Amino acid sequence: MTVTDAPPAAEPADLPVRKASARKRLVPYWLLLPGILWLLVFFALPMIYQASTSVQTGSLEKGFEVTWHFQTYWEALKEYYPQFVRSLLYAGTATLLCLLLGYPLAYLIAFKAGRWRTLLLVLVIAPFFTSFLIRTLAWKTILADGGAVVGALDALHVLDVTSWLGWTEGNRVLATPMAVVCGLTYNFLPFMILPLYTSLERIDGRLHEAAKDLYASPATTFRKVTFPLSMPGVVSGTLLTFIPASGDYVNAELLGSTDTKMVGNVIQSQFLRVLDYPTAAALSFILMAVVLLMVTVYIRRAGTEDLV
Amino acid sequence: MRWIRRNLVVIAGLLTLAYMILPNIVVMVFSFNKPTGRFNYSWQRFSLDAWKDPCGVADLCGSLTLSLQIAAWATLGATALGTMIAFALVRYRFRARGAINSLIFLPMAMPEVVMAASLLTLFLNMGAELGFWTVLIAHIMFCLSFVVTAVKARVMSMDPRLEEAARDLYAGPVQTFVRVTLPIAAPGIAAGALLAFALSFDDFIITNFNAGSTVTFPMFVWGSAQRGTPVQINVIGTAMFIIAVLVVVAGQIVTNRRKRTATT
Repeated sequence: MTVTDAPPAAEPADLPVRKASARKRLVPYWLLLPGILWLLVFFALPMIYQASTSVQTGSLEKGFEVTWHFQTYWEALKEYYPQFVRSLLYAGTATLLCLLLGYPLAYLIAFKAGRWRTLLLVLVIAPFFTSFLIRTLAWKTILADGGAVVGALDALHVLDVTSWLGWTEGNRVLATPMAVVCGLTYNFLPFMILPLYTSLERIDGRLHEAAKDLYASPATTFRKVTFPLSMPGVVSGTLLTFIPASGDYVNAELLGSTDTKMVGNVIQSQFLRVLDYPTAAALSFILMAVVLLMVTVYIRRAGTEDLV
Repeated sequence: MRWIRRNLVVIAGLLTLAYMILPNIVVMVFSFNKPTGRFNYSWQRFSLDAWKDPCGVADLCGSLTLSLQIAAWATLGATALGTMIAFALVRYRFRARGAINSLIFLPMAMPEVVMAASLLTLFLNMGAELGFWTVLIAHIMFCLSFVVTAVKARVMSMDPRLEEAARDLYAGPVQTFVRVTLPIAAPGIAAGALLAFALSFDDFIITNFNAGSTVTFPMFVWGSAQRGTPVQINVIGTAMFIIAVLVVVAGQIVTNRRKRTATT
């Protein structure tokens, strides 16, 4: 890139200083230009194309045309609302499970690990070292019919309860909602644990001592001191889990059945197999709107706006 | 009983850790399996066949090379563009800062499938041929924000007086940047680059939409889940895991040694 802010020919003599500062003022723009341009063309512009596609009608052979056919949104919602509700439900459940499972581990690493801290942190990140699709496929083995896990759950009569709730079917776990939620929880746990750990680790240990000195029980200390102070971690952890989980279709495809399809599966098959672009674009747009809305409301309510 | 209650957090935490590690162990163990059918989901008997011939499956190693290439270029692109943005954000004043901040934040707050689908509509409308280039463009796009975040954190914690000191000692702007600024920012840039590499190498959803008939490694695994999973997938997964662990351990040793030499 060449800097083209060559100064005009005739200028007063005292200019070197001001010329330099004018060039300096342009520096941030040159630094920003390529990256921002990239994001504008390949992130923002596609959103506009997608919005336009969602109100087009036509067919693959004759081509699509913008006809402001907003009906597509209504029809897409009417046909695919089960998948929509399912996505939000599965993603919500997985997020909650991640928080419940992840918090003790983050707490353990932050306060109780001592010299094991680095090792535990590495172990949290370690799953990332193997491709996530391979690891998700491993759950097919772990949850296999007649396998050890399913056998144990069956012997403990857990499966009776979960099938009564509709989470599993008979003595199967694979191809049920429970398998999908289990996979989602597994896949996004590190995204919950790392922000939780970061905010817990910042807590001054003396606050715990102070709470103890003031006769607070461990439970009260946690409720009144530790948990409130870890809120930034809870908020960013839940966002980092819920957002990708709501649009995921890998877990539902690999671990679920046709009854556990999420909205991501619909968008994927409409786009790549059915080739009904307007419906797919409309669904994707609705998903984006719903997620952004929920995120905004959540951040407002949780009161940590300086998240980014 | 009392012991359990006192150590409840430790027990719960370790159980979670077990839940997170279990699939890795399964992947590793099943790399020594000799399945009877097309799928490698149930244990049959021990065998080293797959380890002796990791590229024995058609297209597997080709997809791996392709993924490594794309990840390398995407890392280079995203790190260069992202580092420039991070410096501009921390060091300079300019207009439309809020808009630029949200443009960088939004890709991280968007379900991947939405970005993937919208990018595909762009490519379809422009009549672009899906393949290596569209995947690379997409990867640079979504890695960019993560690099900016990583580098920004580091640059923000840098003391600007170090650079002022360099200037006072008659270092030119280029010399100051190369010999003072860059070395201090390097850990942040390296963290961003590593993150970009990992994200790009393991990306599936965006690649699935924008790759056309190009097959990256995650795409190969996805396809094999339908056609039959060769044991070699587990071999490569395990090898990746071991290499990554070795890199981490080596890094730890180097930092420890540096600390020790710094104190003596």
